[in-house]
Amino acid sequence: MRGRGTVFLGFVSAMMLDARHGLAQAPANWQTSFGVSASETKERIVALHDHILLIGVCIVALVAMLIGFALLRFRASRHPTASKVTRMPWLEFGWTIAPVLVLGAIAAPSLQLLAYESDIPDAQLTIKASGHQWFWRYSYPDNGGFAYDSIMLPPASVPAGEPRLLAVDNRMVVPVGAVVHIQVTSSDVVHSFFMPALGLQIYAMPGRLNETWTRVEKPGVYYGQCNQICGLNHSFMPIAIEAMAQPDFDAWVRDAATRYPVVSAATISAQVAK
Amino acid sequence: MSATEHRPECRSIAAWLFTTDHKAIGTLYLGFAIMAGTLGGAISGYMRLELAQPGMDYVVNGQSWNALITAHGLIMIFYMVMPALIGGFGNWFVPLMIGARDMAFPGLNSLGFWLLPLSLIMLIGSLLVGDGTGTGWSLYPPLSGIDGQPGPSVDMTILALHLAGISSVISAINFVTTILNMREDRLPLFGMPLFVWSILISSLMLLLAMPVLAAALAMLLADRNFGGAFFDPAGGGDPMLFMNLFWFFGHPEVYIMILPAFGIISQIVSRFSGRPIFGYPGMVLAMASIAALGFIVWAHHMFTVGVGFAPRAFFTLASMVIAVPTGIKVFAWIATMWGGSIRLTVPMLWALGFIIMFTVGGTTGIVLANAGADQVLHNTYYVVAHFHYVLSLGATYAIFAGFYYWFPRMTGRMFPEWVGRWHFWCFFIGTNVLFFPMHFLGLAGMPRRIADYPDGFLGWNMIASLGAVLALASTLLFLVMLAVSLRRGASAPRDVWGPAFTHEWDDDPEMARPRGTAGAEAGA
Repeated sequence: MRGRGTVFLGFVSAMMLDARHGLAQAPANWQTSFGVSASETKERIVALHDHILLIGVCIVALVAMLIGFALLRFRASRHPTASKVTRMPWLEFGWTIAPVLVLGAIAAPSLQLLAYESDIPDAQLTIKASGHQWFWRYSYPDNGGFAYDSIMLPPASVPAGEPRLLAVDNRMVVPVGAVVHIQVTSSDVVHSFFMPALGLQIYAMPGRLNETWTRVEKPGVYYGQCNQICGLNHSFMPIAIEAMAQPDFDAWVRDAATRYPVVSAATISAQVAK
Repeated sequence: MSATEHRPECRSIAAWLFTTDHKAIGTLYLGFAIMAGTLGGAISGYMRLELAQPGMDYVVNGQSWNALITAHGLIMIFYMVMPALIGGFGNWFVPLMIGARDMAFPGLNSLGFWLLPLSLIMLIGSLLVGDGTGTGWSLYPPLSGIDGQPGPSVDMTILALHLAGISSVISAINFVTTILNMREDRLPLFGMPLFVWSILISSLMLLLAMPVLAAALAMLLADRNFGGAFFDPAGGGDPMLFMNLFWFFGHPEVYIMILPAFGIISQIVSRFSGRPIFGYPGMVLAMASIAALGFIVWAHHMFTVGVGFAPRAFFTLASMVIAVPTGIKVFAWIATMWGGSIRLTVPMLWALGFIIMFTVGGTTGIVLANAGADQVLHNTYYVVAHFHYVLSLGATYAIFAGFYYWFPRMTGRMFPEWVGRWHFWCFFIGTNVLFFPMHFLGLAGMPRRIADYPDGFLGWNMIASLGAVLALASTLLFLVMLAVSLRRGASAPRDVWGPAFTHEWDDDPEMARPRGTAGAEAGA
């Protein structure tokens, strides 16, 4: 128990540090809303959310105030005789039409956002992310087809400044400002490729090749996690994307192409044959 | 007439086992729901203990964690909420409210109940053999397939759900037949109390939705054991087929759970405002349209599966439209109070808690209905917060409201009101402290169904676990109060809540005639 208590105190002090320094890209304690936005998609999502939230808060406040007022004004001690009226067509019509108008005010920007997300611009780079129990494999078909696995670092070997359970050995790397197509699939069960900072999420489905896109606006390291229950180590399947300037990315690609094996159709069929 | 009449008089265990009396069966359902709810609540307490700090300190590994969350979800849905709202209150009060002597098929009624304990034993068994069913209640293949979950656990879970499904379909057939055929001569459909309407509509939904679940489960069973490939891409199948079938059942299922809650809230708000419900025809039509819409919104659970713009746009709009009939109900409850003569009794307190908390859950539902925003909210704790606001703070509040409301009618005894108030306020504060911070966690990107989380999620998880302590303590208070009141509660007269608008409170319900034939008046 003492050990656990010490660990717990450690977390609490780490939490205080968090609050002071604010690790921008990883989730921070006592955060009450979205974290960093590193793409236009995410910024648009946040704007839509805030728009709906404002309407929602007004609705909840209206309902709570009406109930509170009714309790004050119409409680039996102050209002001993109940009204006999049970129909008021104009009122009922009003409270049917008013929500329709409110929903219209939500639906228009909502469909705009959905169209923006669904309309995939021409890509400058394509990356394939393949979900496995319990790691991700990224391959770069435009750059010679090298591929590598991205596995969570065990807590003991996480370097200082990197978050536990989110840090990985090999990050996905993208150039800042480029439209990147991300093809997502799975080799075993359903996973979900979820990157909150980029407003990105799509399932990794066995037997399907899903496609989504992003354009990272700010350099940095962004963290997400597998977001569909996938078995024993579902909690330990993070996603880390590092966005860097185009020249740095080019240098990284040259290095990666020599370090990681090329995965081609031939090597895959050889693996399947085994 | 004495207050003890027209209550089940089962004096021996055999009498409880073989009873076909609708009131006795209703009591069995309620007792079963309380036991299952205690079990499901104990599991959630264990889960909150694990999540109170980062690290995996209490569960053995991720698989047993996954098995626990699966059991929690299935137990709360199939063995707590549905048996309480439909089997329990439905059996007790539908026949009394419509002036029927019993349900249409009393023997079938008994079978419908006794399948449930068998089913629950099977489900608990699935936790004890092998590695458990670590798939979440949605049972998506390939994780639920034979490679994902070897061992008998998933098969036992499937059979448990088949049994629970048969039980639901049996009771649904019974309710539809009873309500359509056994009303007293002068009680028109549009004169039935709203609770009866809610059970009728829920039952019709069950008849449409349950067979789809049964089909999906049968296909999964075939994939696992008989070399099928319905959901296996290597054999030409597709996991997305399972998702479509599951949610075609799964989304109506949430309305199956919430409509009877609406019915109960309508009865209570009307009774304690001292007037019939405002806008009765609108209330019936709202429930009917919620049911109809409930069948065309299932893919909003699948926005991130990888579907195109058009289906996501359709399911976004269809899902948002549900806010209209739901709004009608909330406004009509408020209008019933407005101009009424309100008594803030214990059941009324729970009903008002329901209305406000359900509105919060409905609002976050509107946020989640937007496919565009769902890219960062799907499967996060925001979703967990949302469905606990409509189920844990919605359906469960309605169960407690109904339980306190009808407790004197069911037992002839009264509970101490001060305990009911303490229970309410502790549960209200506890569940809000428990579930509200989950919105923050979801916005920050915390995935659901994880046993250990990055340290940045610690703060609100710790608060949520503190809320769970209060919520569970208040449930314990309820159980103690129940045990004491059942034995020693003061004897309650039939008019304990004042004048009634519905017939379950009549001295002699078997002989009672409808009061007036004007729909809205008879229909509370």
